[in-house]
Amino acid sequence: MDPALEKQDDVVLSVKDLTVAFGSNVVLDRLNLDIHRGEILGFVGASGTGKSVLMRTVLRLLPRRSGNIRIFGTDFDKATQAQRLALDMKLGVLFQHGALFSSLTVKENIQVPMREYLDLPQAMMDELAKLKIELVGLAPEAADKFPSELSGGMIKRAALARALALDPALVFLDEPTSGLDPIGAAEFDELIAKLRDTLGLTVYMVTHDLDSLFSVCDRIAVLGKKKVMVEGTIEDMLAFDDPWVQSYFQGKRARSIVRKP
Amino acid sequence: MPQAREDARDLTTAASPSADIVSESLPDNGGEVWRLSGHWVNTTAVAGAKRLADLAGGKGGALEVDLSGVSEMDTAGAWLLRRAITERQSGGGEVHLRDGDGERYADLVSALPEKLAEPRTEKANRATLFERVFSPVGRVVMDAWDDTVAAMFILGSAVRGAQLKIGRRSGLSPAAIVHQIDHMGVRAVPIILLMSFLIGAIIAQQGAFQLRYFGAEVFVVDLVGILQLREIGVLLTAIMIAGRSGSAITAEIGSMKMREEIDALKVMGLSPVGVLVFPRLVALTVALPLLTIIANFAALFGAACVAWAYSGITFDTFLSRLREAIDLSTVVSGMIKAPFMALIIGIVASVEGLKVGGSAESLGRHVTAAVVKSIFVVILVDGLFAMFYAAIDF
Repeated sequence: MDPALEKQDDVVLSVKDLTVAFGSNVVLDRLNLDIHRGEILGFVGASGTGKSVLMRTVLRLLPRRSGNIRIFGTDFDKATQAQRLALDMKLGVLFQHGALFSSLTVKENIQVPMREYLDLPQAMMDELAKLKIELVGLAPEAADKFPSELSGGMIKRAALARALALDPALVFLDEPTSGLDPIGAAEFDELIAKLRDTLGLTVYMVTHDLDSLFSVCDRIAVLGKKKVMVEGTIEDMLAFDDPWVQSYFQGKRARSIVRKP
Repeated sequence: MPQAREDARDLTTAASPSADIVSESLPDNGGEVWRLSGHWVNTTAVAGAKRLADLAGGKGGALEVDLSGVSEMDTAGAWLLRRAITERQSGGGEVHLRDGDGERYADLVSALPEKLAEPRTEKANRATLFERVFSPVGRVVMDAWDDTVAAMFILGSAVRGAQLKIGRRSGLSPAAIVHQIDHMGVRAVPIILLMSFLIGAIIAQQGAFQLRYFGAEVFVVDLVGILQLREIGVLLTAIMIAGRSGSAITAEIGSMKMREEIDALKVMGLSPVGVLVFPRLVALTVALPLLTIIANFAALFGAACVAWAYSGITFDTFLSRLREAIDLSTVVSGMIKAPFMALIIGIVASVEGLKVGGSAESLGRHVTAAVVKSIFVVILVDGLFAMFYAAIDF
């Protein structure tokens, strides 16, 4: 097979010429982005450049003005109802503040997608929920707690467990390590890398955590000037000639991390 | 793009394939092989679960698990297998996992924990029958007492002053009060007008038809005038405001509580009651009597219209009859109640708002409680006033 074509087949999420605007305020202008199977893509950009807008547009929470989004090769606009349902099952989202349902316990939160999509006996769902809780590193006592009784880090983990409830192939993480202590954040990064290796996940991660970017991300994309300014490895970032990218990846905080290994 | 087409097919037919397992005994050393095939994913794995559980309970000995026939596996399928393997291992057997080429389902299975940790819970003592019957009763009584204390606390802090700033013990915030009067009073005028017009018209119509039997149709004016001014006007306005503004107060204060905004006020040294509740209480106490006046006018106008249409009582006759039927005490006895009703609505709503916990469900529960309780207390207090007026011949 032609190598270029093969590479294209491996694309899990492809965004082409995406334009998003609110009134006359154009947030994203003809943006292109590809995510490949099994990679962890870190997404950075200054505040207000539209990182969240892009993620929400890809998840179809915001309308787009023009452009084309294909997930697993399927264009959502042209998909049938059954295909749309199957696509939804393959996506998992960790929202920035967890977005756990406040009136359900952690276990029930994890079981919401299972209940809706799968026809499993209750005992099996209980076991799977406990398994996910253990996989994300929560104590088993957390299963019967309500979100308001959890700490910030536990909420992140519980929300990740819910995102993984249906074993999605593509996971969106919105600032997964913000608000965690450095040790907790490092554990979370390891957890994501481990899940990627065992479950074969593809991860789309919006993050400002330089440690995460350097340690777990296979590829980094920088959003700026209404487009993806540059994408590639850490070396590509360090070599790229743009004041914002330069100061982001070569600032005082970044240098101390780069020098370490 | 062949891969894309395959994906699309995969998406649409995800539910049809099944999870299969075949067990074979090895002849030489009595070992056993499980050959797994098909799709061991969350939509299908349940089909293979029972067979797997049966196999796991079988005899011990060496076991080899062959995963090369598996076309797809996720944590649900892997967990079922992991559970069966753990059960077999507890019988002393040795288990070996074998993967197909280029796959790593064995890694997935080994990455899962052998056993799910059980939460450590202390055994709760079983309550006796006496406790189970009387502890909810006691809780209700204590809650009612706590509510009363909280209401007194809110009333007290509101009277004491809006803010606790040094040297400004009773700083009133006119902007906040005017804003609240606009919300709770001015914007409620249309609905109060409409409601009262209809109520006045309905009472007049019913009264006129009943009084016609006695040839005393003109007394419908007395009926409507006294009933509306003494009781119905203030009562229905208060109920409407309890539903309209009481719920709003609880929802506002409750969601501020959920987002730690109340705590932020406390840390700044401001009294949440002073900042949030006081302007609303003042606004309600000003707005409700004014709305009651408007309601009374609207109801009397509605009654006059009906009296003219059904009984031929002209507006002139209506007015002169009304002037004879009511005096200042009728108007005053109704109006005196309005500020009390306003305080009740505001305080009950604020108490409920400050009780909201962390979840959306608790917000809904407390908004409901605020409306129900304030309407109930408003009607109760109206009854007490009626008894009081009767006793003092007012």
